[in-house]
Amino acid sequence: MTEQTAQPEAPAAAKRSLARSGSMQTVLAFGGLIILFVGFSIASSNFFQFENIVGILLATAVNGVLALGVTFVIVSGGIDLSIGTVMTLSAVMTGVFVTNWHVPVPIGVVGGLAIGTAAGLVNGIIIAKMKVPPFIATLGMLNIAKGLALVSSGLKPIYFNDTPSFNQMAMGSALGALIPGFDVPNLVLVLFGAAIIASLALSRTILGRYTFALGSNEEAARLSGVKVDNWKIAIYSVCGLFSGLAGVLIAARLNSAQPSLGQGYELDAIAAAVIGGVSLSGGEGTILGTVIGAFVISTLTNGLRILSVPQEWQTVVTGGIVILAVYLDVIRRRQR
Amino acid sequence: MSDVLVSMEGIDKSFPGVHALNQCKFELKKGEVHALVGENGAGKSTLMKVLAGVYSKDAGRILYKGAEVEIPNPRAAQHLGISLIHQELNLMNHLSVAQNIFIGREPRRRPRLFLDERRINEQAKGLLEMLHLDIDPRTKVADLTVAKQQMVEIAKALSFNSEVLIMDEPTAALTEKEIEDLFRIIRQLRDKGVGVVHISHRLEELKQISDRITVMRDGQYVGTTATKEASIDEIIRMMVGRTIFGARPELPEKPSSEVVLEARHLHRGRVIRDVSFNLKRGEILGFAGLVGAGRTEVARAIFGADPLDSGEIYVRGERVHIKTPADAVRHGIAYLSEDRKRYGLTLGMDVESNLVLAAFHKFLGYLGWVNRSKTGERADHYVKALNIRTPGLQQKARNLSGGNQQKVVVGKWLTADTNILIFDEPTRGIDVGAKSEIYRLLNDLAKQGRSIIMISSELPEVLRMSHRIVVMCEGRITGELASGADQEGIMKLATQRGETRAA
Repeated sequence: MTEQTAQPEAPAAAKRSLARSGSMQTVLAFGGLIILFVGFSIASSNFFQFENIVGILLATAVNGVLALGVTFVIVSGGIDLSIGTVMTLSAVMTGVFVTNWHVPVPIGVVGGLAIGTAAGLVNGIIIAKMKVPPFIATLGMLNIAKGLALVSSGLKPIYFNDTPSFNQMAMGSALGALIPGFDVPNLVLVLFGAAIIASLALSRTILGRYTFALGSNEEAARLSGVKVDNWKIAIYSVCGLFSGLAGVLIAARLNSAQPSLGQGYELDAIAAAVIGGVSLSGGEGTILGTVIGAFVISTLTNGLRILSVPQEWQTVVTGGIVILAVYLDVIRRRQR
Repeated sequence: MSDVLVSMEGIDKSFPGVHALNQCKFELKKGEVHALVGENGAGKSTLMKVLAGVYSKDAGRILYKGAEVEIPNPRAAQHLGISLIHQELNLMNHLSVAQNIFIGREPRRRPRLFLDERRINEQAKGLLEMLHLDIDPRTKVADLTVAKQQMVEIAKALSFNSEVLIMDEPTAALTEKEIEDLFRIIRQLRDKGVGVVHISHRLEELKQISDRITVMRDGQYVGTTATKEASIDEIIRMMVGRTIFGARPELPEKPSSEVVLEARHLHRGRVIRDVSFNLKRGEILGFAGLVGAGRTEVARAIFGADPLDSGEIYVRGERVHIKTPADAVRHGIAYLSEDRKRYGLTLGMDVESNLVLAAFHKFLGYLGWVNRSKTGERADHYVKALNIRTPGLQQKARNLSGGNQQKVVVGKWLTADTNILIFDEPTRGIDVGAKSEIYRLLNDLAKQGRSIIMISSELPEVLRMSHRIVVMCEGRITGELASGADQEGIMKLATQRGETRAA
């Protein structure tokens, strides 16, 4: 009897599941990405060129790494607005370590990562222990990090002219050395490496499991004996670590730490995650989706630039895309 | 007496303003299904939440397998082997069945950071098979029916090797077929020696499943009987047997025969099913029923807060189409939510602002400037008329007592010229003294020719206050009683389940 009643339910449930879940939006985002590629390729012969594709990959790297980190936070049901300026602070501190204090580059890099992680840790403590809403806590951190970046840089960019290896690390091409002519900068490899690690962490580890659990039903997780506060702190710290990595990458790429750069990056990163199917209400999302989302944004920006659409209008278009993505998320939630 | 699993004695628990449990006792034996019954607010859930460590008791003691224990939090209860399945299920919808069952104690792989997903699924499968449940452990919980979600909760409870399983209204949202499945599992557990506490309103059901029945009323223990020896009528008498209101109510004069509101064949999914009724001028129409019977849903639908699937609403004989609360207000209908603090008041604003908020347009002067002298005058009028006790018009609504907050909400709707007032649990959270004042207010409003629908789960209140009483159960109206009905009559209608539903 039970089997009989259960059977007709199953396929319908599976269909419902696909339509409801973020994976549907990931598929949509991927479709969108392909359409952008085809559209821009037809519109301009300059688009589908090796040089330009590398340009898109490069443009995706920093925003993509930021988006990876913030994916954890959003899936857990939170938000982190400080990632952009924490990235800047990490970049500046890497500069302070390497250029001003003459610390060896690898140690300087670790220092930069540590600064980002520390900022995330503080976010986590303020949110989990002091119960300050994430929006406000990280908005505060946005300004704190911005201020600290300006203070520690002395308001001036810090250049890495004494340490050419630093820039080489990001812009050199290990792949190009292996396969002649395939000069994809290391920066891009770092993005994919970070994405693979993030993906494993989100889907296979205890951290990932609790990230979803918190985003799905925090109270249920608490009643099941999950130490909710500690895991929240861990999740924001991970996000901080990725912001730190983004800071190191942007400094290496520009061969300088720009203290005034960074604000606004958080919105592009959050947009990337949402476009890729990470639900702003928590509990849903994949790293693959976020990476696709990041590519959608950079491809769009790149393509519009090639079509000579003014910078200002590019911003208008990306803003519209973000609203569209969030709207799809809202519709998905309403259907339940 | 070695088969006694749990024994609670002299349990006391107070919340601010409410003495929720007063010298309560309860006993659970190994391998029995013990039903805990009582009206809404009798303290059943509170007592069990004390046992499950959700609330801490103020006084009394709990013996577990003969030894006195302290249960300060849910983890301690779990550790002892006591599991509570909440009325609102506590599952993570985005996670799979297996992930939910093992949340917080996932099997790991080396390095310890990684989950052993295969083992999680295998162990969950074993548990589900033990319960003869045909559920794939990898299914997302969101894709299961409520009944199956409940089974998942039971499986989760069993994975803690629970010896005491408390179920708070487990059948409230289930179909007949699903209830059968649930009972099969309950019996299976009972036969294995698990003690099951089954909190329910449905008396017919308890006859089927329980071995003993304990009745609670007003936070007090009334009695325990073997199910075999108790008749349903007897249990109902134990549940309601009290006379809080001594005197017969003095209702306002008979309402006029003029129908001001009529609902015809309202439908909305499974929560509102073919609901028709009418309301006359100057009448207080009581809506009785158990929690979840669909009374609030009907009110919200009429008020335009939720959409209807079908049905017609007439105000003073004219067909109206109410799509939003603003439409309802325009037709003179107001809804006073049971959750005043969330939906009725802007707590951070003062009394005056709250009173004029719903009719602000009346007080606007030149260029939309608010005419403060007019708002003050009107607010002052209602503070006096409704006897709102506040130090001044500038007092924040947050600082008023529950009864006075309720009066402010009433005043707000009077300012907006509404004359059909739907009160949802008007005295919930209001202390006894202030209740009678709310009753007087309702009577006065009716005398003035306003019409009132009063949704209430407190039977004495409904009986005392209403000209007529409509009783709902599971989304449909199961009967209409004239004033002068008794509690037993209402309870019978309120527990009258409909014909077997399609699954």
